[in-house]
Amino acid sequence: MTESQTLLNTGLAQMLKGGVIMDVVTPEQAKIAEASGASAVMALERVPADIRAQGGVARMSDPDLIEKVIDSVSIPVMAKARIGHFVEAQILETLGVDYIDESEVLSPADYVNHIDKSVFKVPFVCGATNLGEALRRITEGASMIRSKGEAGTGDVSEAMRHLRTINGEIRALGAKSEDELYVAAKEIAAPYHLVKQVASLGRLPVVTFVAGGIATPADAAMMMQLGADGVFVGSGIFKSGNPEARAKAIVEATTHYDDPAAVAKASRGLGDAMVGINVNDLPAPHRLAERGW
Amino acid sequence: MVTVGVLSLQGAFREHLSMLASLGAETRKVTRPEHLEGLDSIVLPGGESSAMVRIAANVGLFPVLAERIRDGLPTFGTCAGLILLADRLTDDSLAGYDRLGGLDITVARNAYGSQRESFVAPLPVSGLDGDFHGTFIRAPQIVDVGGAEVLSTHGGLPVLVRSGSVWGGSFHPELGGDTRIHEMFLQTVGAAV
Repeated sequence: MTESQTLLNTGLAQMLKGGVIMDVVTPEQAKIAEASGASAVMALERVPADIRAQGGVARMSDPDLIEKVIDSVSIPVMAKARIGHFVEAQILETLGVDYIDESEVLSPADYVNHIDKSVFKVPFVCGATNLGEALRRITEGASMIRSKGEAGTGDVSEAMRHLRTINGEIRALGAKSEDELYVAAKEIAAPYHLVKQVASLGRLPVVTFVAGGIATPADAAMMMQLGADGVFVGSGIFKSGNPEARAKAIVEATTHYDDPAAVAKASRGLGDAMVGINVNDLPAPHRLAERGW
Repeated sequence: MVTVGVLSLQGAFREHLSMLASLGAETRKVTRPEHLEGLDSIVLPGGESSAMVRIAANVGLFPVLAERIRDGLPTFGTCAGLILLADRLTDDSLAGYDRLGGLDITVARNAYGSQRESFVAPLPVSGLDGDFHGTFIRAPQIVDVGGAEVLSTHGGLPVLVRSGSVWGGSFHPELGGDTRIHEMFLQTVGAAV
């Protein structure tokens, strides 16, 4: 990837920071998301909670739907490609989406390789559960990382675990001497130059969001306090009792995350949150976070 | 030392904060009206203008800030910040929400296209020796300059303008590590850069 392309790809992620990116399945939902102050929308046919409920192979959404969403809003539009499905990514690039999410929420197309993201002009965001995984995705060309969490559950505990794991591993690298970083790189199966960069920066070299299970303003504010640059909310908004109010409240809590009074105010009167599933009740084969390597 | 606020509702505020701090300015995040007190200047970052106007509306920030700008607070808006400062927009996508105004220009949101069309270009900037590499990300286009002074153009269109103490750019001088445009702006605020 050229230096300019890297600047453009990581730059758009910088513009999304401090914001909320919302899953939408219709242009009407996209408009509600935009009106609530979302910094981008993710266009897809089914939110993760429905993919989970309905089962079957989950694929890239219909190009017609994605185009309709692009035409309905002025904010950036993201869309998901299956892990390793580089032709779905080519199609999304052709449609003019602003960001591609190579996502474990869809059924993987390749159980060995991820997409070579460095050959695309459109930037990619990828999920990660730990530092090594995040750096492998960045090596392949991802210009934004998000926690995987456990999508479609409304249970924030996995997103929490992934973010804490990544942050903890970064802090541990910072405590190592330079000659110890070679082995550290080998141990987490990530390139040395990125490991060295993370050790000196004290954070990932790209914007880092959280995703997977965020359902309330308090969930969003907690993740921001733990150092996330912003949040993805999938099923949490449009599977709740009052999507308009909840969308606005999560945006509010993400901006004023360090002000408990503001988060309390945002949490009032939102109606029912999505019912959700406790991650511990999910049998292992149904855990999406385990897809990707 | 001057105190420069950076509007921190959403977007690339961290990049402006660190660039301003590296130039010796005292910096402050601005998310509420009370954060404006005692500021010598303010920078409005890139991000999503449609998110910013809505988040600002919840705390009543923009009417207060607009008054400070009218009273002469040196202000620099980049990308989304430029949209907030434009006196006129070509569409009504932000209708119903307070913006700021202060720059006598007309701006078209996202007119340079989607992310696929984002680009980096060398820009001659009046007052600078050597081109500045401007990063244009889903950039707004300045389609008409009323009374504003044009400091840089690209492809025949203005990309950096100034009207008194209010500056606006359609690109991102906070990305890429070249601090010269921030230095020029700070000098007008009276900072010793």
